[in-house]
Amino acid sequence: MTDIINILRQHSFLVIALVKCGLLLFILLTVLAYLSLFERKVLAHIQSRWGPYRVGPHGLLQPLADGLKFLFKEDPMPAGVDRFVFLLAPFLSLALALTSLAVIPFGPQPLRFSILGTQYETSLGIVDLNIGLLVLFAITALGVYGVALAGWASNSKYPLLGGLRSSAQMMSYELALTMSVVGVILMAGSFNLREIVTAQEGRMFFGLLPRWNVIAGPFPQIIGFFCYFVAAIAETNRAPFDLPEAESELVAGFNTEYASFKFAMFFMGEYANMITVSCLATIMFFGGWTSPFPSAWSWTHFIPSALLAVLGVLLLIDGIRYETILGKLVLPGVGTALCALSALLLFFAPVNNYIQGPFWFLLKVFIFIFFYVWMRGTLPRFRYDQLMAIGWKILLPLSIANVLLTSLGILKWGLR
Amino acid sequence: MTPQLIVFFVLAALAVLGAVTLIAARHPIHSALALIVVMVALAGLYLLQGAEFVAAVQIIVYGGAIMVLFVFVIMLLNAGEEERTSLSRIARVAGIPLALALSGFLAAAVLRSSHAAAQAPVTAASTRGLSMLLFREFVFPFELTSFLILVAILGALVLAQREN
Repeated sequence: MTDIINILRQHSFLVIALVKCGLLLFILLTVLAYLSLFERKVLAHIQSRWGPYRVGPHGLLQPLADGLKFLFKEDPMPAGVDRFVFLLAPFLSLALALTSLAVIPFGPQPLRFSILGTQYETSLGIVDLNIGLLVLFAITALGVYGVALAGWASNSKYPLLGGLRSSAQMMSYELALTMSVVGVILMAGSFNLREIVTAQEGRMFFGLLPRWNVIAGPFPQIIGFFCYFVAAIAETNRAPFDLPEAESELVAGFNTEYASFKFAMFFMGEYANMITVSCLATIMFFGGWTSPFPSAWSWTHFIPSALLAVLGVLLLIDGIRYETILGKLVLPGVGTALCALSALLLFFAPVNNYIQGPFWFLLKVFIFIFFYVWMRGTLPRFRYDQLMAIGWKILLPLSIANVLLTSLGILKWGLR
Repeated sequence: MTPQLIVFFVLAALAVLGAVTLIAARHPIHSALALIVVMVALAGLYLLQGAEFVAAVQIIVYGGAIMVLFVFVIMLLNAGEEERTSLSRIARVAGIPLALALSGFLAAAVLRSSHAAAQAPVTAASTRGLSMLLFREFVFPFELTSFLILVAILGALVLAQREN
């Protein structure tokens, strides 16, 4: 027994990394499941519907039901498919999407804890790479194969067209995506995501505004952000750029022949890509975990607990009046738990200070994800020639102009 | 066996396996997939040498952009399985000795130059060192190369437009 503990202690770095991977994977898969419920709910309310309401109170158990359904459905293999590539495609899609989240840093301070009298320290986020941004782009570059190969291996017309569209679209927009972040790299002088965020700390305009790349000099990256966000939506195959799976033209596009859990893997991969892209937008243009308020305003530290308390009270009130008995039990329970969490943050200052960074980071990511869903609910799909024209004739020249202007700004006024 | 050496052998085996599959596979898509495996394994080898920027660019440019183009063209043309002809049989018979000879020459050259390579400056491998070399010392050949690529793009455009 003591031998095992000693071995674990010697390789504490590896053990901690593995535990972090497992934890992140667990949290991520839960978030992915609930993201589908979130999307359906928001879309429904945009279209004046209620959305999922039957499985659990407010449809809260719908992701669980969907997951079970995906697991137990029949998984047919169409005739004439390329078996190996057909199986490889969903695997590639999901694995690459999940891998890319490993380089994202979620907060500023390292987590310190002690087990059996030994002190350990680990950063929030799995790895901290010098070339974090490049690794992310490398993984995104490989992510195309999941969709393209799925379309090809299905040996069917609609998936093939979907796969072709997707590879053409991703090739076109990857250029704009990569060029749009060059301005940020120039301003930070590093590929390291942590350093990119650190370069955006501090205040301007008498301390009223944060020094986020999207508004701060030498050249505000507003054009870069616009190009990045549009290209990112196209890269993740989301509406209004979801031509690879346009229902009205291609049945379901590249995943027409996939069923059961293989279909779910594409689905989860898409959502994971959405999260990664939102995290990257937050880190590069909106200051990552830095708060939008001046640090002198100490009351802003209570925003997380205030938000939790409001949410908890709303759930309590709603839960008491809910129609079903399960809802009457579950919703007030969750509400009480949120209120308790809020009180905990209020009374334990160290915990409250520690979660400030992750709170602002996750809030910004959440806003971006809401934007994604909002756009899907309101914008019509682009035509294929329009899609190509936007990518090559608008986004690419704009992002190159952004690189030129940013370099000129840095030459003229220097960094800061 | 240091951990680095184990990783090196795994990556090298992967690269060789990918290269052999690339030649042996009958279907173009399988060959393209094998080539992607080779590219990614090579990127891993660069990373092992501390050349992180080159490794990332290897995956972004070769593994991503160029191979996506290959796969795209194969899908677009709907290329079928390749056929065995008498010429391809001759190529197989003649190819193996030639390949052996080529790897022999390469191995001899690498063995002879191993001392010189060990003294190469490590700073050139980092992103900063690489950009210093590229934009200060070799800026003229670098710009000339980009000009050459521009000319190639123009040539392709002219060829594509000629039919109209």
